[in-house]
Amino acid sequence: MEYLIRFIQMHETFRQPEIDALADLAGIQMDWVFYSEDSPFAIIRFHDSAADEATARALIARSVLSDEIYELWGSGTDYNRLHADIRRRTQTLWPQHSTRSFRFKVDSYHGSRSLAEQRQLIETFDYMSFTGPIRMSKPDNHFTIFEHYDLDTPAPRALHFGRLIAQSGRKAINKYNLKKRTYIATTSMDAELSLVTANLAHAAPGTLTYDPFMGTGSFPLACAHFGSTVFGSDLDGRSIRGTAHRNVSKNFTQYATTPLYLGALIADLTHTPLRPSRLLNAIICDPPYGVREGLKVLGSTRPALQQIVHLADGTPAHLQPGYIPPKKAYSFTRMLDDILAFSADRLVDGGRLCMWMPVAGSGVPVGCEAAAAAAPPPPPSDAPETPDTHIDKVEAEAEAEVEAEAETEAEYPIPRHPALALISICQQDFNKWSRRLLTYRRLPDNQVDETAISAYTAQRLLAEETSQLSGSDGTGKFKADDLNDFRKRYFQGFRGEPGAGT
Amino acid sequence: MKLLTLNFLTCARKTCKSTAAAFPLHPKEAELEQVEMELNPLFVKNMLPRLDWEAMKTLATELGLPNLPAETPVAEELANESGEPTQTLRDLHTLLMETAIASGKLVCGNCGHEYAVKEGIANFLLPSHMV
Repeated sequence: MEYLIRFIQMHETFRQPEIDALADLAGIQMDWVFYSEDSPFAIIRFHDSAADEATARALIARSVLSDEIYELWGSGTDYNRLHADIRRRTQTLWPQHSTRSFRFKVDSYHGSRSLAEQRQLIETFDYMSFTGPIRMSKPDNHFTIFEHYDLDTPAPRALHFGRLIAQSGRKAINKYNLKKRTYIATTSMDAELSLVTANLAHAAPGTLTYDPFMGTGSFPLACAHFGSTVFGSDLDGRSIRGTAHRNVSKNFTQYATTPLYLGALIADLTHTPLRPSRLLNAIICDPPYGVREGLKVLGSTRPALQQIVHLADGTPAHLQPGYIPPKKAYSFTRMLDDILAFSADRLVDGGRLCMWMPVAGSGVPVGCEAAAAAAPPPPPSDAPETPDTHIDKVEAEAEAEVEAEAETEAEYPIPRHPALALISICQQDFNKWSRRLLTYRRLPDNQVDETAISAYTAQRLLAEETSQLSGSDGTGKFKADDLNDFRKRYFQGFRGEPGAGT
Repeated sequence: MKLLTLNFLTCARKTCKSTAAAFPLHPKEAELEQVEMELNPLFVKNMLPRLDWEAMKTLATELGLPNLPAETPVAEELANESGEPTQTLRDLHTLLMETAIASGKLVCGNCGHEYAVKEGIANFLLPSHMV
């Protein structure tokens, strides 16, 4: 039996990685029989021949970017072919459904049908001879006719017919809507993408997730929604503390997930207090891009502040209550590398890092396009694809993307770490820029190339030394723009660069 | 800050991280609070192998809490034959998830720097001469 996933036609590059992550989390092996970025209908097949409705339910239960999953009864390019396919696939199933209550629905994508036309269409399915009562609400069987039109064409180009198995977890978006949340700030991540990120990070009961740039806690809240225990930190204590009635813990109270919230720390990722031990199941973050939120770390470029500062009465300033340590601008690329190194040291084997980063220009990332147009799925007789070969494939694609991209745009290449395998790249486009959600998986130590690790460490040390020696004006001082190419181009309006969008 | 979180934390200074004395941090003038929480047996079980039990014992002594067993409890001790939570699990839950430092200081055993805890939130920011 094949299954049809009814996706939403939005955030297209996130849809497949989300379902793949959920399949992986539930231990389900599956193939994509049909998937296109241009279609909200995708068809999948489970490897396990014993897979049934329960498998489909388990797969879709948490999904945010799909609406429903259906048992696929038939497909075709016109109604004759659709009916023939339905007869071929499901004739044996009709008797068991014949007396159940049922309803039909027409779901036309890029097209519409009047009620009379819908009724006419539905009547053409009478050969299944269902005698059960028709119920519009809570029927035993809910059948849907899917039509996919090309824009402004009279006839659909693809048709599917399916029986509803389960609704997705998309309703959570409404619950976590920022407009209804007690405490938010200017850069709070929207509910939909927070929940998708939590799915990609495999947030689940019994796991521990950490957000090093938590702000008002959008990601920890989304992870706690899926049962993960969470904690976070931020350089800015004010964002965590908020006010008496509006703060991060009040958000957890609002969603009744307080037992899953361990608390928050005021800390800087480059001087993290987390001990370097494999403590975390997932790290999930949206680091400040340096545009709306400045990218700062502890430290100062002023020579006078490199020693203990004494107040007039001789007491050291940093021991005063209410002391605020100085902060300096920091390079975005180095921050991304720091996040990867931090994650490699602290994620358990198989633990995931989900990280957002901005890029200039918009358009579908090459890697995802390639994945979408991927070779036809192997026949079902094929041996199940092991996770490792899958990762290799994705990595090869990602590798190809990095190369392809180097010629066109992107201030920042996709950051890499020898102990972290890149699993997926998703892209959200804005007008002149876009941001990407990168997902990595911590490899077990025996799969990590030791020479690559030492080469990587040496390279990072070297980069650190060079950056300390030079400065934009020879004084060792950096301006935020010099450190952060994205910020610079953002404020220049992304002009005069290839691939800078429209 | 819950005692579980405290078990994950060391001194934020780069020069201290590699030294044994920097972990665990030592609470000073700590005011404890007890917040009742729902039991999460799976989470406690998953956290056991990640805990530094020696640090847990030091902390319990320093805070004047009842002495902890000499060895980390094993997963089998958390539930009885019928799958009900045992006293061991309840004690661990109380210790790790329900006991928190509301205010006070955390002191690094290596450099002596004191990190303030206010309203349950610890501040690990460093002045620039310590960065």
